[in-house]
Amino acid sequence: MMHELEPVREPLVLGNPSMRDVTARIASIVESKISLKYLLTLGFTATMAAWGLFALYYTITTGIGAWGLNNPIGWGWDITNFVFWIGIGHAGTLISAILFLWRQKWRTAINRSAEAMTIFAVICALTMVLSHTGRPWLFYWLLPYPNQMQMWINFRSPLAWDVFAVNTYFTVSALFWFVGLIPDLATLRNYVRSEIAKKIYGVLSLGWTGSTRHWHHYEIAYMILAGISTPLVLSVHSVVSFDFTVGIMPGWHTTIFPPYFVAGAIFSGFAMVMTLLIIAREILDLKQFITLKHLDNMNKIMLATGMMVGYAYGMEFFIAWYSGSDWENWIFQNRLFGDYAWAYWTMVTCNVVSPQVFWFRKLRRNIPLMFVISIFINIGMWFERFTIIATTLHHDFLPASWGYYSPTWVEISIFIGTFGIFLTLFLLFAKFVPVIAIAEIKSILPGAQPAHHHGHDEHAATSSTTSAEVHS
Amino acid sequence: MSNTPVGVVGEFTDPNVITHAASKIAHAGYTKWDIHTPYPVHGLDKAMGVKRSIITYISFAGLCGGLSTALGLQYWTGAVDYPLNIGGKGFFDWQFSIPIDFELSILGTAIFTVFGLFHLCRLPTWYNKYQNDASFAKATDDTFVVTIDADDDRFSAEGAQQLLRSLGAENVHLVTAE
Repeated sequence: MMHELEPVREPLVLGNPSMRDVTARIASIVESKISLKYLLTLGFTATMAAWGLFALYYTITTGIGAWGLNNPIGWGWDITNFVFWIGIGHAGTLISAILFLWRQKWRTAINRSAEAMTIFAVICALTMVLSHTGRPWLFYWLLPYPNQMQMWINFRSPLAWDVFAVNTYFTVSALFWFVGLIPDLATLRNYVRSEIAKKIYGVLSLGWTGSTRHWHHYEIAYMILAGISTPLVLSVHSVVSFDFTVGIMPGWHTTIFPPYFVAGAIFSGFAMVMTLLIIAREILDLKQFITLKHLDNMNKIMLATGMMVGYAYGMEFFIAWYSGSDWENWIFQNRLFGDYAWAYWTMVTCNVVSPQVFWFRKLRRNIPLMFVISIFINIGMWFERFTIIATTLHHDFLPASWGYYSPTWVEISIFIGTFGIFLTLFLLFAKFVPVIAIAEIKSILPGAQPAHHHGHDEHAATSSTTSAEVHS
Repeated sequence: MSNTPVGVVGEFTDPNVITHAASKIAHAGYTKWDIHTPYPVHGLDKAMGVKRSIITYISFAGLCGGLSTALGLQYWTGAVDYPLNIGGKGFFDWQFSIPIDFELSILGTAIFTVFGLFHLCRLPTWYNKYQNDASFAKATDDTFVVTIDADDDRFSAEGAQQLLRSLGAENVHLVTAE
């Protein structure tokens, strides 16, 4: 407003806050009184979670027969939900790792909450995949451990790879998230007034002091974690796709699956981040940090990944025809016009058609519209996984066993329950943990870095050229 | 025991001034001193003369550990301890071992990096000799806080305070233990 010229790039933080404003704005969320609205929302999501947990309890005590699975269709909502939730997590790692390596500074406003979503989504995915084993108390059979039969797991199986991939993903995401949190927990430790809160944040921050000697190790460690998370996130959904591609079923046995799954995961993950952030920036009043520019950028990524997914849908049909395989050909015709055509066309409408509005800058900055589109994409991506699983399984090689699958109340309840778990954890996170990376936001404020970084003070700029300029 | 000097504390708020001050304090020959900042200030570690971190070697050790665990586990269980013919495939082949080799390499690197970081920063340490100082607490908010420890060979309460004041520090004071 004071400048005569518009800045070339939009500012990443609006209102030009001081460092103390940033600390106070974000840390005060923790200290503010718990509102009735928050408690009611938490109560609602916790009820959803409890209902899902009851359905899980029912499944475990009764058996998988409580679900709608039948003979040709051995995978239904369980694996659909597993792939759906794992995919949701991928946006968090993309934002925290890949955008970090690309020096995309706008990520600082959204990385913390996106990483939290990764962890909560993987928890939901693990819930699904454990319950689908039928006897989840024997989960350790999936791991190579010395046992009385002296047998080991089959390392040629993609299901064994999946166990390693998902557990590695969860562990690495949690470590990465916690390392990012340490400096902010220290800020909270010094900010909060309540003695008990001070103790809790004090213990969690591990005694971080902001020492430059420590920051030096920290920055390199963070870079390494970002560097290894980048191939990790690409590998996890690739390995998930191997669960399908290594099988010989028409519609699954294709080489396009790994990149197609990864693009879809990022697409769906961004949609979920968008849905939750639009609500969070409204309720927690974070519009200063999560600006229209951030939402605009995320919409561009959704448009790009949506196009990749659309390309993969098209390429699948081309390859099915080009392969000359009758079974491949038929299964894809069945997708278009068969029993599950409704699911296929829902998917195409939501995933390929709806993001096209993001070609226009005006629409990319229209919040109600992007909220609706993000929910469309969430729905579409769920149907993508359902289509892949159901269309291939329900008409297998033996026409006599062809069937149709619909879920029972138990599966629907578990799916609602995973949303309950996810949202409950997210609400708790939004209240008790800094939702925005405080230290990272401070480091990108104008004038936060020495020398050539928008130096306003002339006397300081001249005195610093000795050390800062020489090294940078 | 009363009033044993712990060190001298000074506050800075300008990133350019603190970077300049960092090299001056390092040149003055102090070794047991530090700058506490709310976020990593580019180039400040170099100005202080901090040696490059060894954490990359720790991470690499984690990578090697994870990779050799994965290869060893799949080779030993498949080809040595209980060779099992599955579809006429080899008991061990590097091709099918890749996904697990990759995942365990990443896992090893991540765990070594994080715990290496904890070790190098001596985390957790739930005590700091400056923890009751009001200036020190600002280091996680908006202030660059220099601390020069009393057990540094060159330390003198007067000299250290004078140096910090001459470099532009505010609120320079001596911290003592009671």
